[in-house]
Amino acid sequence: MNWLDTIIQGILLGGLYALFAAGLSLVFGIMRLVNLAHGDLIVLAAFLILLLVSTLGLNPFIAAAVALPMMFALGWALQFLVLNRTLGNDILPPLLVTFGLSVVIQNGLLEGFSADSRRISASALETASLKIGPVSIGTMPLLTFLSAVGVIIALNLVFYRTSLGRAFRATSDDSATAGLMGIRAERIFATATGLAMMVVTIAALYLGTRANFDPTMGPARLIYAFEAVILGGLGSFWGTLAGGIIIGVAQTVGAAINPEWQILAGHIAFLVVLVVRPRGLFPRAVD
Amino acid sequence: MSDHLSSSWTVSAHTRGSSASMLVILALVTLAVAAPLFVSRSVVQDLFFILTMLVLAQCWNLLAGYAGLVSVGQQAFVGFGAYTMFAGVSLLGMDPMAAIMLGGLAALALSVPTAFFVFRLQGAYFAIGTWVIAEIVRLSLAQWKALGGGTGTSLPSGATRDMFGVRFVADLLGMRGPQAADIVCYWLALLLAVVTIGSIYKLLRSKQGLGLAAVRDNREAACSVGVDPLWTKSFVYLVAALATGLTGALIYVQKARISPDAAFSVPDWTAYVIFIAVIGGIGTIEGPIIGVIVFYILQSLLADYGSWYLLILGLIGILIMLFAPHGLWGLFADRTGIQLFPVRRILAGQPRTKDIKGSD
Repeated sequence: MNWLDTIIQGILLGGLYALFAAGLSLVFGIMRLVNLAHGDLIVLAAFLILLLVSTLGLNPFIAAAVALPMMFALGWALQFLVLNRTLGNDILPPLLVTFGLSVVIQNGLLEGFSADSRRISASALETASLKIGPVSIGTMPLLTFLSAVGVIIALNLVFYRTSLGRAFRATSDDSATAGLMGIRAERIFATATGLAMMVVTIAALYLGTRANFDPTMGPARLIYAFEAVILGGLGSFWGTLAGGIIIGVAQTVGAAINPEWQILAGHIAFLVVLVVRPRGLFPRAVD
Repeated sequence: MSDHLSSSWTVSAHTRGSSASMLVILALVTLAVAAPLFVSRSVVQDLFFILTMLVLAQCWNLLAGYAGLVSVGQQAFVGFGAYTMFAGVSLLGMDPMAAIMLGGLAALALSVPTAFFVFRLQGAYFAIGTWVIAEIVRLSLAQWKALGGGTGTSLPSGATRDMFGVRFVADLLGMRGPQAADIVCYWLALLLAVVTIGSIYKLLRSKQGLGLAAVRDNREAACSVGVDPLWTKSFVYLVAALATGLTGALIYVQKARISPDAAFSVPDWTAYVIFIAVIGGIGTIEGPIIGVIVFYILQSLLADYGSWYLLILGLIGILIMLFAPHGLWGLFADRTGIQLFPVRRILAGQPRTKDIKGSD
């Protein structure tokens, strides 16, 4: 029964990684931009929630709800004022500007909050669990996974059922022609990054309540998110969830064998899938 | 070049002033070789740091600026070269100088399987792919208990003092072992910097270099005239890994203490290196040279401000990328037209009108 427990923990952990990855996948899908600061933005959002919880005494979930529009505004401004200038045929400017941004956010957080590990307290929820047959499932991990599923359903609805989603897809396919139809690409891109930052805020809520975090842990989250996106196949949100689950299960199984192998096992699973299926498991976009 | 018109046209990478700049560079290198005779030990150590960062920046610039391969994982080769050097000295009892060579070869050997993985990824995904590889190498080496596992280890005491040439330098200049070891390390760094820059310069002026730039600027057009993009990029990736590994091994002979977190540090071996190349100017040989000087000055000024230093460096990097993407050297060269290391081919001469009439 120990193995069943390990695999279920892994699947639930995969939900967290899918939350990390969904924002990255959204931005890449629309503007072919890989944001190297994505992980640091998750950590930034976690500190924002922590700040709201500690200064206003809010419940973490309400604090996250307050943080959502703030992060949307931040993402919108970041894209509109900075990242839009880097888009083009040359891949160097977006990569290097977001890499610089990653270093700036990380060191800004170090100055503001020191290198200490923090945690957002979710009081009784932290230790609560459900007993289903022989395995017990933590309420927080389950909530994380359900949120990931919810976010993916919501993103798919936005993408395929709304006029905003139609504008997203049109700009992604051919931004020049979309422009002729009256779609302003720079605003569409800003809205997409704002939306991605809302997903980032949800990811940050669970990052901060499930375990300790500190200003330097952003890059590792970026790597997990990236692996989930690649494993799932570009352009498929459900694929991203599957990719996250693969990384999560590989990590918990690795950790069950030897605690030092947890992270390594996730990376190796990524490499193995990449060798067998270079375009991921459920490729949709051609790129 | 068998075209009948070719006789009246010449293609040359030579510019006015490039011969003069060669003489200046020769004089500077001679001065650098002699430097330890008249500067203090701490200056030699600073120069060593500058030269090693310069080599790392030149290698990164070769990948990103000429081959269009943005790597965020060059720390894999720094750390692997350094760890192999440590294994050679601590476990096999090798001379550190031989172990540095071994470190470089090990990095080269590592780059073959990693190339196999990362070349499956395009553009931005290549960048994060190289980072994943570096993480895997770091986590794997942290399992190597003989070299201290996650906490790291030190070189055996006296290992650098017994390095080839150190005793000779100590006797010749009448100084103590550790000081002579610093000087030998500095000379090795200088040699590495000169050979790296010389090789990159030679490569870029060769047919292969032209192919490299062609693939970067237009892959399809380059393929259509017979350039093999995968081979060209792989070659550059392997060469950069070799030089990066040698530099990593050399840096850790001088540091004499290693741990996985330090040897595979993203800020030290990738962030600094990227900012050096970006600030100086990507895609030129002069850029990283200017960049490393600016970097050293900023570090001296801001060393006491901790993370503010990286924050400011990051902001400068972003601003340069947005408003002067060719860096400081690009701003200078655009205004003056001066190139110290000209690699651009210039078409000179004029058509012989009779031939053109006759042939068309």
